Amino acid sequence: MDLSTSKQAITKQLQKEVLEMQGYKRAVGEHLLDTGLGEIGMSFPDGRFPTAAVHEFISYATEEAAATVGFMSGILGRLMQNGGACLWVTPKNTVFPPALVQYGIEPHRIIFAEISKPKDLLWTVEEGLKCEALCAVVGDLSELGFTESRRLQLAVEQSKIPGFIHRQKPRSENTVACYTRWKIKPLPSNAIQDLPGIGYPRWEVQLLKVRNGKPGKWIVEWKGGDLSFVQTPTIALPLVSKLMAG
Amino acid sequence: MKRRYVSIWFRHLVADWLTRKRPELAGAPFVTATPERGRMVVKAVSMAAHAKGIQTGMVVADCRAILPELKVIDDIPGKPEQLLTSLAEWCLRFTPVAAVDMPDGVMLDVSGCAHLWGGEPAYLKEVHGRLSQLGYDVRIAIADTIGTAWAVARYGRIGPIIAPGGNADALFNLPPAALRLEPGIVERLEKLGLYRIRDFIKMPRSALRRRFGPTLLTRIDQAWGKETEAIEPVQPVQQYQERLPCMEPIRTATGISIALKQLLEKLCNRLGTEEKGLRTCVFTCYRIDGNLQQIGIGTNRPTRNAGHLFKLFEEKIQRLEPRLGFEQFDLSAPIVESLTTTQEALWRVAANKNEAAVAELLDRITCKIGNGTYKRYLPDEHYWPERSVKVATEFNEKAQTTWQINLPRPTCLLEKPERIDVSVPLPDYPPMLFRHRGSLHKVARADGPERIEQEWWIEEGTYRDYYCLEDEQGARYWVFRSGDYAETEPEWYIHGHFS
Repeated sequence: MDLSTSKQAITKQLQKEVLEMQGYKRAVGEHLLDTGLGEIGMSFPDGRFPTAAVHEFISYATEEAAATVGFMSGILGRLMQNGGACLWVTPKNTVFPPALVQYGIEPHRIIFAEISKPKDLLWTVEEGLKCEALCAVVGDLSELGFTESRRLQLAVEQSKIPGFIHRQKPRSENTVACYTRWKIKPLPSNAIQDLPGIGYPRWEVQLLKVRNGKPGKWIVEWKGGDLSFVQTPTIALPLVSKLMAG
Repeated sequence: MKRRYVSIWFRHLVADWLTRKRPELAGAPFVTATPERGRMVVKAVSMAAHAKGIQTGMVVADCRAILPELKVIDDIPGKPEQLLTSLAEWCLRFTPVAAVDMPDGVMLDVSGCAHLWGGEPAYLKEVHGRLSQLGYDVRIAIADTIGTAWAVARYGRIGPIIAPGGNADALFNLPPAALRLEPGIVERLEKLGLYRIRDFIKMPRSALRRRFGPTLLTRIDQAWGKETEAIEPVQPVQQYQERLPCMEPIRTATGISIALKQLLEKLCNRLGTEEKGLRTCVFTCYRIDGNLQQIGIGTNRPTRNAGHLFKLFEEKIQRLEPRLGFEQFDLSAPIVESLTTTQEALWRVAANKNEAAVAELLDRITCKIGNGTYKRYLPDEHYWPERSVKVATEFNEKAQTTWQINLPRPTCLLEKPERIDVSVPLPDYPPMLFRHRGSLHKVARADGPERIEQEWWIEEGTYRDYYCLEDEQGARYWVFRSGDYAETEPEWYIHGHFS
C-alpha cells in the first residue's frame, strides 16, 4: 500500500517534470474556472481545459459551423459566468444573439465586431487577446498562417484569456501554433422519452490536436445547460493504432 | 481685460494670390474681369495697375485706353471669400479668434495675445512680416475697437498702433468713409462739406440721426467703443485647447509624437484640475507653407488618460504629410464631459476597471477601422425574429427587457430567408423533404409549427409558421411557411441553422 502510493506520487512528479521539460507550464494566475467539459478535460496535460490558449475550430458546411458555434458558446457561457464581456470578431455576423441564452450567455455582453478586411480582422483579434479585461475573444476567419497564429498565442500567454478561432471553409488545414484543433459535427438527436420531435442537440466532438495531450473523439449532447456524454469516450491513440494496423 | 483688435486689410487680395500662383505675373499690370451687362468689368487690380490709376468697377475697354499693355484674367467668382476664410484660419496661429471681414480684410481679436510676442509692435511686425512673406500687400492696425482698427488700417496716415483710449484722436482726421458707412451716406456728408470726421462729430446726435439715419450713430458709437460689437469667428473658440509653436519646422514622426505627447499631457492636466474628461479630440498641424492638417479621434466615455489618447492618435500620425515641416501644433477637445475624480476612481474598482479597459480597446478598434465597427445586441419586445434584437446605441446601455428563453431559436440566422422547395404531406404539416441550394434534405424529425404574426402596425404581410427540422444527417434547420394554403401555394423559406 505504502509502496504503491509512493509509486503513484513518483509517477505524478515525473510526469510533471516531463511536461515542464517539454515546455508546458500552466500560467500562474490562470483562471481556475470549470469549463464544463467533463471527460474531455482529461485529454489535456493536467486534466483541465487550458484557458490561456488559442483554440482552433474547423468547420466546412454551414450546419457544421452552427454546431461549432453551439459548442464554443457552451464553453463561453462558463467563461463568462463571473461577468465581463466577450469580443466576437467576424467578417459578417451570422450568430443570432437570442439563441446564446440557452448556453448560459447573456447575449448583450458579447461585443460583435464586423470587419471585412482579413488583415484588420486579425489585428482586432490580437488587440482583443491582449486586453485582459475580456473573458474571451472569438475570431471568425478562414485563413490563418503559422506566423499569425503564433502572434495570437504569444498575446494569449501574456493576458491569460482564451481565444477561439473559428475557421470556416479553410483552404487547407495547415499547421498553426494554436493549442488545440477541434472539429464539431451535428449528429441526429435522440427522442426525449420517446416523444416525437427533435431531441437535445447532439454533436460529434473531435479533438484532433492538442499539445502534450491525447486527442480524442466524443459524442455529446447539450442538455439543460450542460454537456452530457452519450457514449464512453474512445480516446484515439493514433500511434498505437497505426502500429497495430501495421 | 481690455479688448484689442487687429484689422488686416489686403489691398490687392486676388491679384496677390494670382501672383503667388503664377510668378510670371509679378510686377506686371493686370486685372481680373467678369462680363457684366455686355461689357467686361474689373473686379481685382494688381499693384502695378493700381499705380496707373486703374480701379475696380472700371470697364476693361477704358482701362486699356489708359494702359494698352494691361493683362486681363478671368475673374473667379467667390474667390475673395474663400481666400479670406483660409487666411483667417491661417491667422489662428496668432490668436484663437479670427474672423473674415468682407470684402477684403481679416479681423483678429487679440486681447491678451500680443505680450506672447513681446508687445504690440513686435506682434504687428510678426503678422505683417509673415503675410508679406506669403506675398500679400497688407496694411495693419491695432486698436481698442473693431471700428477704429478698421478705419486706421484703411485710411490712417499715422502709426498702426492706437494706444488704449486713443480712439477719438485717431479717428478725428479721417474721412467719413472710415466709419464703414454706406456710399450714399458718405456722399451726402461730402455734399454738405463734411470731409473729416471732426467736422460732424460734435454736432447734436438728434440732428445727425434726422439727416443721415441711425446707422451713422451706430457706427460712431462702435468706433468710439460706446457700443460693443462682436465678430463672427471663422472657427468656434475652443475652450479646451493647447498650442505648441516650434522653433524649427518638424518633419519626422518622432518629432510629431513628442509634440503630441506634450500637448496631451498639458490638456489632460488641465482637464484633471477641472474634473472633466474629453469625448473627442482634434490635433491640428500648421505646415510651413500655410497648409493645415487635422487628425481627430473619439472615445466611448469621457477620459483624460493621456497614454490611452496617444495610442488612439498613434495610428493616424502617419497620415500627416509634413513635407517641409510643421511649425505649430494645436490640440483641442471640442466635446468635453464631466468626469469627477470619484467617477474616475469608480472606474478603477475591479469590475469597472475591466469596463474601462474594454472601452479603451473599443476606442482603438474604432480609430483603426472606422465607426460602426462593433455592435452589441439588446433584446427587443418583438416576436418577429428580425426585430427581436436591436443594436445598443450606448456603450453602457442596459437591456430593458429580459431575453426570451422558452422559444427555440437558431444559433445562426441567415441575413435574409432563402427560398426552399418542399414536399409536404398535408397542410400545417412539416415538410417531408426540402431542397436548399441544390441539395436535398430528408427530414427525419420535426417540431412545430410556431406561428409568428406579422406586426401590421410596422409592416404589411402574412404570418410565418416556423418549423424546426432535423435531416437524416443530423443537421438542424429553422424553416417557415409564409402564409397558408388558401388560394395560392404558400412559399417556404429557410431562416437559420440550429447547432
